[in-house]
Amino acid sequence: MKTKNIMIVGVGGQGSLLASKLLGHLLMSQGYDVKVSEVHGMSQRGGSVVTYVRYGDKVYSPVIDKGEADFIVSFEALEAARWLPFLKEDGVIVTNTQQIDPMPVITGAMEYPEDIIGKMKATGLKVDALDCLKLAEEAGSSKAVNVVLLGRLSHYFDISDEDWDASLSAIVPARFLEMNRKAFRLGKNA
Amino acid sequence: MENQSKKELMLGNKAVARGLYEAGVCFISSYPGTPSTEITEEAAKYDEIYCEWAPNEKVAMEASFGASLTGRRAFCGQKHVGLNVAADPLYTMSYTGVNAGLVIGVADDAGMHSSQNEQDSRHHAIAAKVPMLEPSDSAEALEFTKKAFEISERFDTPVLLKMCTRVAHSQSLVEPGERNVPVKEYEKNIAKYVMMPGNAIRRHPIVEQRTRDLIEFAETSDLNRVEMGDTSLGIITASTSYQYVKEVFGDKASVLKLGIANPLPEKLIRDFAAKVDKLVVVEELDPIIENHVKTLGIEVSGKDIFPLEGEFSQNLVAAKLGCEVPETKSIDAVIPPRPPVMCAGCPHRGMFYTLKQNKCTVLGDIGCYTLGAVAPLGAIETTLCMGASIGAVHGFNKIKGKESESKTVAVIGDSTFMHSGMTGLANVAYNQSNSTVIILDNSITGMTGHQQNPTTGYNIKGDPAGKIDLEALCRAMGFNRVAVTDPYDLAQTDKVLKEELAAEEPSVIISRRPCALLKYVKHKAPLKVNTDKCVGCKSCMRIGCPAISIKNGQASVDTTLCVGCGVCSQLCHFDALEAGKEA
Repeated sequence: MKTKNIMIVGVGGQGSLLASKLLGHLLMSQGYDVKVSEVHGMSQRGGSVVTYVRYGDKVYSPVIDKGEADFIVSFEALEAARWLPFLKEDGVIVTNTQQIDPMPVITGAMEYPEDIIGKMKATGLKVDALDCLKLAEEAGSSKAVNVVLLGRLSHYFDISDEDWDASLSAIVPARFLEMNRKAFRLGKNA
Repeated sequence: MENQSKKELMLGNKAVARGLYEAGVCFISSYPGTPSTEITEEAAKYDEIYCEWAPNEKVAMEASFGASLTGRRAFCGQKHVGLNVAADPLYTMSYTGVNAGLVIGVADDAGMHSSQNEQDSRHHAIAAKVPMLEPSDSAEALEFTKKAFEISERFDTPVLLKMCTRVAHSQSLVEPGERNVPVKEYEKNIAKYVMMPGNAIRRHPIVEQRTRDLIEFAETSDLNRVEMGDTSLGIITASTSYQYVKEVFGDKASVLKLGIANPLPEKLIRDFAAKVDKLVVVEELDPIIENHVKTLGIEVSGKDIFPLEGEFSQNLVAAKLGCEVPETKSIDAVIPPRPPVMCAGCPHRGMFYTLKQNKCTVLGDIGCYTLGAVAPLGAIETTLCMGASIGAVHGFNKIKGKESESKTVAVIGDSTFMHSGMTGLANVAYNQSNSTVIILDNSITGMTGHQQNPTTGYNIKGDPAGKIDLEALCRAMGFNRVAVTDPYDLAQTDKVLKEELAAEEPSVIISRRPCALLKYVKHKAPLKVNTDKCVGCKSCMRIGCPAISIKNGQASVDTTLCVGCGVCSQLCHFDALEAGKEA
């Protein structure tokens, strides 16, 4: 199988690490070669962060380049727009509609683009946008945005619910499992 | 697909740690630095290995040397610029050699994700005349770590293990093995270990012969390998660049992958070059392999097409070598950048705001607080290397005198101060510049992800350890004026700063408040904006807190970020930022 590419993008501190951990576990359980590339250090301090997950028969590069991503999972709308050029022509971007102002917007030096989801759709690329924060809160915690997104992503995969759940159980602490299962379902059925 | 039952998805740095465990390493001393930190953090999880954070890389390397002398395998890890600090012992350890294996991990940061420069540490290997291995993924990180110890003992030399951000911080599959602890005895050997001129003169030819032996080794070692494919193009590459090359070409080009970055083979390269029509070197940063190939008189391309700066990627390799690159689409709008910022509740913020209000010239240092240079605070005017703030403020004040003494300060974190700020402070005390040094004591090494240091009272495992008293240390150096302030209290901080700048003698201000991200730090409820009082004057915006923004003409607090530090409320003239209710 040709190598497939998933990018996870967001704002430092939003919890993308759990998402990449879960995907890594899931894809390994399917027997694939897997590479995951993360960013540590200074960029984590509230900056734009990206994690690359690649899988297939044999994966070489640990990173995903422009025009290569089969999927982009975005925790925030502006970040979805920032990384959009990495999406393949026939790729899908699954994004949270939440907006977090970056410092140039906070200081008033720049503006947060209006109707950012609409502008993304106007490119002709497939955009699947949902209010993950609302769904995460409905599941029981605003921190479950990552699992809501993964639930939504699972739509596009030919991997059984049981296998997704097995990876969820392996990665999420037991006391948060039920809440995360609910978040996963809410994302999937949204 | 092969059987993966025993395989684990492992971070490159964790794979090095696993390699250290399996190689029977007994002693590790390191200083944290992105992207090298997790090697030592992961190794510290093995009870069989003694691990520590040293005050700096030089001390770490010397400690590792001492451990190797006893006959137990040792390791020391650091980032690329850390190796500059430890270069002094390294260059002479090349002469003394080792007893048990000694491996030195160094992690380069092409692309400068978290660094102040983009230096290529292969130059250190060449200059110090020590071998360097360069893995390209996690499996190799584990394997090369173990082989580095074999090479260290076989050739009686410290060995450099070079990581880079993409190898250090990428996870790929590895198969862990068993631990095996080789043991040697210490033997007194003055001619080998005492590097005074008479002895060193006799050691130098041994170093040169060792390099010749290592070149022979590199000719046939399986650390270097040829992967023949289409012979119209031959590519010599290493490290993560190898992965990009394979991604683009697969077997549509022939590849010589060099796992030994120093010394480079000669015959192996000649033979490879003879088999291909066109030869290209693909290497990040400096043209080290390329220049070597050229000295062999072989025609080769390299930096004539590839950049000297930044990280490579598959698209870059494809574009530079005439292959197709995918098309991309982007939205029709300007996307504001999202640079890293000081966290909500960061204790440094109050101090930087006060420095800005007092129109101070601030000479900065390396740590989270370097972000004090970013708008809207824009307070820091220089950042050079670990400890440089104090060295520089002394020189600045010596030349500018009274004009600058009353408004120029050095700011340095607690860990950076222990690393190499103390010697700069000794210079201020000794040569008496009327300088003000501010130690930003957030009780942790912050930027690299919360490592303990000699001022925190805990060791790498989180157990109680020695604790250096900063006030007593500064007084012992001869500072009569050592003031302490809480940076969350803007009025007190302003008063202390003004007093110490006005003083007619050198002084130290310790700005003390633990990092807001530390687990033991209790947060207050998020502040609330009283919408009846807020007039939208944006006074609270001057501190650049990511939790505050203006929504519909009034201040708005992001309750998921705010930790209730209350610094913003001290700027509000209308008492509109109110303490939140504790849950």
